[in-house]
Amino acid sequence: MLYNQPSPLEVKVLTRRFGLPDSQSLDTYLATEGFQGFRRALEMKPEEIIGEVMASNLRGRGGAGFPAGMKWSFVPRASSKPKYIVVNGDEGEPGTCKDRLLIENDPHQLIEGMLIAALAVGAAAGYIYIRGEYRRLIEIMDRAIAEAYRKGYLGENILGSGLRFDVYTHSGAGSYECGEESALLESLEGRRGVPRIRPPFPAVAGAFQCPTVLNNVETLCAVPAILRDGGAAFAALGTPKNGGTRLFCLSGHINKPGVYELPMGFNLLRMIDEVGGGVWKGKKLKAVIPGGSSCPILKASECDLAMDFDTVAKARSMLGSGGVVVLDEDTSIVSLATRVMRFYQHESCGWCVPCREGTTWLRKLLERFHAGHGTLADIDLMGDLARNMLGRTFCPLGDAAAMPMISYVEKFRGEFEEYLNRTPGGPLGRVTIDG
Amino acid sequence: MTFSPELETRLETLMRSCPPGREASALIPMLLYAQDETGALTSEVVEEVARRLGITPLQADEVISYYSMLRRRPAGRHHLQICTNVSCMLRGGQELYGHACKRLGIRNHEVTADGEFSLEEAECLGACSWAPAMLVNYDYHQDMTPEKLDRLIDSLEKKH
Amino acid sequence: MADLVRLTIDGKPVEAPAGTLVIEAARCIGVEIPAFCYYPGLSLQAACRMCLVEVERAPKLLASCTLPVAENMVVRTDTPAVKQARRSMIEFLLTNHPLDCPVCDKGGECELQDMVFRYGAGESRFSEVKQHVEEKRFSPIVFFDAPRCVLCYRCVRICNEGLGVRALGIVNRGVASEIGPNRGDRLECDECGACIDICPVGALTSGIYRYQTRPWEMQHVGTICTFCANGCKTTLGVRNHRIIRGNNRDRSGINGEFLCIKGRYAFDFVHSEERLQTPLLRVNGELQPVSWSRALAAVAEKFTEVKARGGKFGVIGSNHTTNEENYFLQKFARQALGTGNIDHQRTGDVATLLGCTRSLATVADLYSTKAALVVGSDLAQQHPLYAFQLRANWRHHQARVYTVTEGPVREDQYSAGRARVQRGEELAGVERLREQLKAEPELVILFGDAIQGEAVRKLVAFGDSLGIPVKYVCLLDYSNSRGAADMGLTPEPGGGLTLPEMLAAWDLDVLWVVGANPLKNGELAADGAFVVVQDLFLTETARRADVVLPAASAYEKSGTVTSATGEVQALRAALKVMGAKPDLEIFGLIAREMGIDLGVAMPEAVFEEIRQTVRGYNVPLPVIAAGGAAQALAPEAPVAAAGRADLAESARNTLFTSGTLGRYSKALNSVEEAPGGLYR
Repeated sequence: MLYNQPSPLEVKVLTRRFGLPDSQSLDTYLATEGFQGFRRALEMKPEEIIGEVMASNLRGRGGAGFPAGMKWSFVPRASSKPKYIVVNGDEGEPGTCKDRLLIENDPHQLIEGMLIAALAVGAAAGYIYIRGEYRRLIEIMDRAIAEAYRKGYLGENILGSGLRFDVYTHSGAGSYECGEESALLESLEGRRGVPRIRPPFPAVAGAFQCPTVLNNVETLCAVPAILRDGGAAFAALGTPKNGGTRLFCLSGHINKPGVYELPMGFNLLRMIDEVGGGVWKGKKLKAVIPGGSSCPILKASECDLAMDFDTVAKARSMLGSGGVVVLDEDTSIVSLATRVMRFYQHESCGWCVPCREGTTWLRKLLERFHAGHGTLADIDLMGDLARNMLGRTFCPLGDAAAMPMISYVEKFRGEFEEYLNRTPGGPLGRVTIDG
Repeated sequence: MTFSPELETRLETLMRSCPPGREASALIPMLLYAQDETGALTSEVVEEVARRLGITPLQADEVISYYSMLRRRPAGRHHLQICTNVSCMLRGGQELYGHACKRLGIRNHEVTADGEFSLEEAECLGACSWAPAMLVNYDYHQDMTPEKLDRLIDSLEKKH
Repeated sequence: MADLVRLTIDGKPVEAPAGTLVIEAARCIGVEIPAFCYYPGLSLQAACRMCLVEVERAPKLLASCTLPVAENMVVRTDTPAVKQARRSMIEFLLTNHPLDCPVCDKGGECELQDMVFRYGAGESRFSEVKQHVEEKRFSPIVFFDAPRCVLCYRCVRICNEGLGVRALGIVNRGVASEIGPNRGDRLECDECGACIDICPVGALTSGIYRYQTRPWEMQHVGTICTFCANGCKTTLGVRNHRIIRGNNRDRSGINGEFLCIKGRYAFDFVHSEERLQTPLLRVNGELQPVSWSRALAAVAEKFTEVKARGGKFGVIGSNHTTNEENYFLQKFARQALGTGNIDHQRTGDVATLLGCTRSLATVADLYSTKAALVVGSDLAQQHPLYAFQLRANWRHHQARVYTVTEGPVREDQYSAGRARVQRGEELAGVERLREQLKAEPELVILFGDAIQGEAVRKLVAFGDSLGIPVKYVCLLDYSNSRGAADMGLTPEPGGGLTLPEMLAAWDLDVLWVVGANPLKNGELAADGAFVVVQDLFLTETARRADVVLPAASAYEKSGTVTSATGEVQALRAALKVMGAKPDLEIFGLIAREMGIDLGVAMPEAVFEEIRQTVRGYNVPLPVIAAGGAAQALAPEAPVAAAGRADLAESARNTLFTSGTLGRYSKALNSVEEAPGGLYR
């Protein structure tokens, strides 16, 4: 299932089967080099598999960009406890819609990625945690898993190797916070999506307090190609320290929104113009949110940069989860800020004080400001409150709310000031906070 | 409390997917699937699920009141979730949601008098590149416009 | 110690064992790091973010409540960044707080007030609308005001982890999160009030105390709870001779954190309208109020007359009166009345235990022992402090607890082994656990009234046969059950009548009942007996009396009591109730009226005599005087087990009943769980 036309500039590694007839079936998968990476991994020692993933420079696609091979290497091999592979399919970062396509179009690629991870760390079971709204994807995944069991790719003695591996899907039920890995584990264990105190990290005490590899869907979907073609080949597709390709989700004021697989380090302006067909309606570019709504905003003048983790970090934003949101010249940053804060307030789990109270205060403040009852002092206060949250909350959600807020005020202060003199309104002027 | 055979099978599968002794891990999907069948998590449903998992109803309630999809009261037969988050907002999600309110005569988290429709202003649904997007129960409708929404609601009304 | 870690906090060098949290290490050198959610002994939360500190080379401030010390770590708690962070956290906390301090029960002893005072945020920049939720009544004891709550989760943790009751949880999400009770809109629980005492703010308040007083208007008197035999210290808040509340906020008792509903709220029997405040004398068949002198004269006259003609006395003492009173009463009976017919309502066979072993456990042992065995008692209902201690021991030290009980008990949640038995089959159940118990390095055995006489000896023999150190606790019902036995409120060996024998003796001339109610379920055979009763209330026994003398409760007098674990502790008088007198004073007055000399009837003098004459009671005075507990040693030589061995019977009190006293506590009877039928 494709919802947008592919771009000729794409480098299709993870998405190569997208749009193939019957791409969800195991037969199609096998006919297109499916399970070749796994077969190669079966011949390798665990540390060799991890070495291959390290060599690929694959970094976590959920947002943090932590090297995947290193994450795997933290799992204590000697532990006598069972080990688990947990897939983070709780896609929810505003601007991000890629994991959905990977599951919808190529579920077996994910299964193969899990199997390879299982070989690398000695896991016997895996859970695919998928957000509750993605029920149809859970059904697709369940069908693929059943087919893989039937044909000997899951269950006991896989491909005669003696390996046993079971895979289960697990539905969420509506909580952005469960995309945070330790909150996801809490949810997986049937509790509120409140993050855990770390350390210990999931590699040591994850699912059911056992050693666990926890990766984003896209991260694991990259693994079969890495094992099939070698880590070096995958690394070569990207830039140093940022291996391979990734799925960029272009949305907002752009002519050809869609999900495109591009090499890491692809230039952002080229991405907007050449892949996305430029800003819509012939408008000028105002700003870009480069990696989902938690990332600090980039002004148009800052957008001539390579989209890899390190370069975007140098520009004091984040590559995040690949959600590239394009804003045209008419966009109101005040409206944007209000909507973004409303989201984080709604999703704050309530565990820690600065996030719970900070997002609520900021939301109320912004909604009042947006409704035309702001003052000059409010603008300073917004930045101040966000800075009082930054780095002090229990989990990264507080930072996710604070960082973009700080960037809006810093980079578009004039627009906030100007807003004070304008007729307020717009559809955002509500001040209700639901329980 | 009796569930359909299909739901019973589903609940058993979910419990079996957890490591032995960790069956309570299946709580969240069990509640969601049960809700799909019963329409709402009434005390009766909650107590039954809690009993099967060996947890207290309070433990279940902690979870139900946390997750936005779990609900104590029934939604409409067609539950419309319209995303107004950033990517959808930039392409008319707010207006789409406003249109739905007007068309159905209800507001956020309300149900039409005939119980057919309910409305929710949703957070990001993961369809940002095909915005504005919405869900009817579990089915996506993307690249929406107020006109498309009218036609969708018309067809849902006819289905009845 | 090899694993000491060296670090500096605010420039001061600190050495702490590996694994110590920075917040604790700081405390040890007098550096106070503020926190709401951090609470020693409970699981970690890292939620309030008040304890953020600067650590050299860390990119951001770190929560010191979850940060273990590390070698050469450099911690600063006094930098501008730390101070600013604390101020901002308080500013956040206060945004939705109602700031209704003038009418808040917690005002004056509120941790949030103290934090604002110390760490700032005196003014707020918050000008939005506050979240508001109406106050909720969870039970007659527990009220919850969500807007005041800082969501530190202490209440949830003390209930779930400390008590194992699991009656509180968190519902909703984000800013709407709040504490929720286990029955939807109400609580069904122990009603112990631990959640209220542990609340740092005024979010949880008690129906008993709320809107009664400002905390600084009360005097605080630490004394020993007068209900069960566990010996908890309760600090009574008293204003104008009224007890307003009980709590244990100074945590100086053997119970530390713990109190049950009785210790916290059941003090109100003291103020019952049914308290006797004047002596009663039977005139023309009716009990009529008379003066003390007339009542005492009647008693003295009768005692002297019966003594002179060699008549038969029966003396029944109390499980609630002090050691000094019990000692003085038996001395009075033996020396002045010349009778050996002395007894009390026995609730466990501690006498036989003391006859076969000197190895007795303290409450502290229950927290430190590697293993414990509970025989024939529903500990959480009948001995809640001991249940709390064992659970804490399991939580903190992974102690293994074994149970031999008739039905399910709360300890099943975590017990390492259990045997379900019919009553009377307990020893067989114990035997079934032999192999497991033998593998333990040490053991404390707690047993109830199911084990009596020969069975006690067999149980001790079983303990000896394990080849490991074993200590014992004989579970008893009331605050001074142990002291009653120790002080000799038991029949004179070889001829003294037991309590049932006294009631059955048709030729009894005088029955003197002090703080007991034997006629509640028994009948007095001797129709013509002259009955003297000292009590707080007109009990079934008092109704039969010829003279009733109004007695003071334990909260109105000084003296000592001995808990089931043999720990001797001092009572402190918290108030006076008009008309009532301590039993010891009454004994002295009767003696004086009779013209006999039994020594000074003052607690201090009698206690000194006890220390010199009662074996095992030579306990250190300073410990007792300072409000501590000293364990009375078991005597070196076996004590002859008094009377028949099957006399002990526990009343099987629940958390919501306690003999006669419990009947007169409104608090105890106000909760839905009373008298234990609804809830186990």
